[in-house]
Amino acid sequence: MRNAFIHELVALAEKNKNIVLIVGDLGFSVIEPFVERFPDRFINAGVAEQNMMGLAAGMASEGCHVFVYSIANFPTFRCAEQIRNDVDYHKLPVTVVAVGGGMGYGNLGYSHHAIQDYALIRSMPNMLIAAPGDPFEVRACMKYLINNPQPSYLRLGKAGEPNMNLEIPTIFPGKWNKIGKKTSMEVKRKAILSTGATLEIAVNLSKQSEFSEYEVFSMPLWGQSYKVLQKELAVNFDEIITIEDHLLDGGFGSWMMESLSFHSLANLIKPRALSSDVCGMVGTQKSLNEFGGLLNIIS
Amino acid sequence: MKIDTAYLAKNIRLLVLNMVYKAKASHVGSCFSIADIVAVLYGKILNVKPSDPKWINRDRFILSKGHSAAAIYAALALRGFISKDDLKSYGESGSLLMTHVSHKIKGVEFSTGSLGHGLPFATGKAMAAKKNKKLWKTFVILSDGELDEGSNWEAFMFAAHHKLDNLVAVIDYNKLQSLDSVENTLGIEPLTDKLEAFGWAVKEVDGHDLADLEKQLEAAPWITEKPSVLIAHTTKGKGVSFMQNKVEWHYKSPNPEQFDLSVKEIENSL
Repeated sequence: MRNAFIHELVALAEKNKNIVLIVGDLGFSVIEPFVERFPDRFINAGVAEQNMMGLAAGMASEGCHVFVYSIANFPTFRCAEQIRNDVDYHKLPVTVVAVGGGMGYGNLGYSHHAIQDYALIRSMPNMLIAAPGDPFEVRACMKYLINNPQPSYLRLGKAGEPNMNLEIPTIFPGKWNKIGKKTSMEVKRKAILSTGATLEIAVNLSKQSEFSEYEVFSMPLWGQSYKVLQKELAVNFDEIITIEDHLLDGGFGSWMMESLSFHSLANLIKPRALSSDVCGMVGTQKSLNEFGGLLNIIS
Repeated sequence: MKIDTAYLAKNIRLLVLNMVYKAKASHVGSCFSIADIVAVLYGKILNVKPSDPKWINRDRFILSKGHSAAAIYAALALRGFISKDDLKSYGESGSLLMTHVSHKIKGVEFSTGSLGHGLPFATGKAMAAKKNKKLWKTFVILSDGELDEGSNWEAFMFAAHHKLDNLVAVIDYNKLQSLDSVENTLGIEPLTDKLEAFGWAVKEVDGHDLADLEKQLEAAPWITEKPSVLIAHTTKGKGVSFMQNKVEWHYKSPNPEQFDLSVKEIENSL
């Protein structure tokens, strides 16, 4: 995903001279194509995330669309107040880019586990969350963000994720993106709805016999403003399993339940999120997702 | 336009006093501390157009110690960005004039309130100006207690590293924080040495000497390729004798008797 991000950023920056990339002394073997092509639009802010985010907001206030790239825990919790006050409140076009969402850096330990980031970001009223599930969705998110500059959070996995979409999808905030062939006439009444890097897990689950009745969707763009859209989408289903590599509290499933609770439909949602038992565990992304309960879903 | 900065400073104080008294608000001492600096900035230094607050070539001004908002609102009213009538709603329910400085007011670039946000944001503006080859400058006022925040020191490092000589910081060094003196809270001396070691051009000035403030700010940047920081030695509560150098006037709001005394003292000054 991170490679799809940088290649899309370079391609879009060719046409948009306002795009600036700031990193927090991270991005080795990822950011080089941008640095080489646009050295004057690249800044390494050093290991100083508070200044990095305030700086990004200041540049954004002068017409730049600033992408701030770092490992997920750093450009979020470390500078949460700068995102809240400087970026979100002022509605400035800063896209916080977090690599290693979920357990992407599982064996680096708890400090690098991004499993509470949705909770932080979705509490901010103007932030658009972009959580693509595969490289095609990364490209779709990037096109949307560049065409609609705003306070935003792009949560990437790591590298090597397979494409689950058949092509670059057309996506809109709050809308569900159907995974698989669009021509199927079969109408299923159950859904697995994924956001972020758990899309592959969702697709694999749907291949198991006990989930053969479930249709898979992703929601790569969401945030506070788009809760109102969920009722009309959810009423088409008898059951919706949400899946995310994030703790339940403050996460995506929780967001869906809140969205539907206004219409007494929250019981449609069967949220599947990481157990808090995973906090402090060390391991590969797959092993921690398994330990956290994502791979062995029993509805 | 010829502007008398002494007149401006005196009227900033009077308007501040009326705002905080009516709203029963805090921070009158902090506002009085920077009233002269603000008067010089808005009267002599900042290249701004009250009739066109978003004029593209304007100098940018950021108040990082956002709790001194009333001093800025007063200056904006006196310069014609907003009307004096607008000030009447300061701090009231539904007002745009929150008691920390608000970007929803004409002429205000950036809302602050949490300390340690203004300098990084101003640094971003200065960086953008350099990249876009713009000649306007960015000015920012910080408090001394605010220097406790590590984010400022991140920005001090960054601005010097990137040679942002279009950035001018003014430190309101009144030596008092909200509970005690700076010295007794987290001492910041030797401040000049620290800032020079961080790569800034540093000058010190009496923060109530209008002529010297103007002279120093007018001349910035003092060293090519270095950001400038003016350490302004000030008195918290300056202009009202019973408020001066009293830590409690960080929070207290004047009662009717204190209000009348303060008005008389300010009106009789100069």
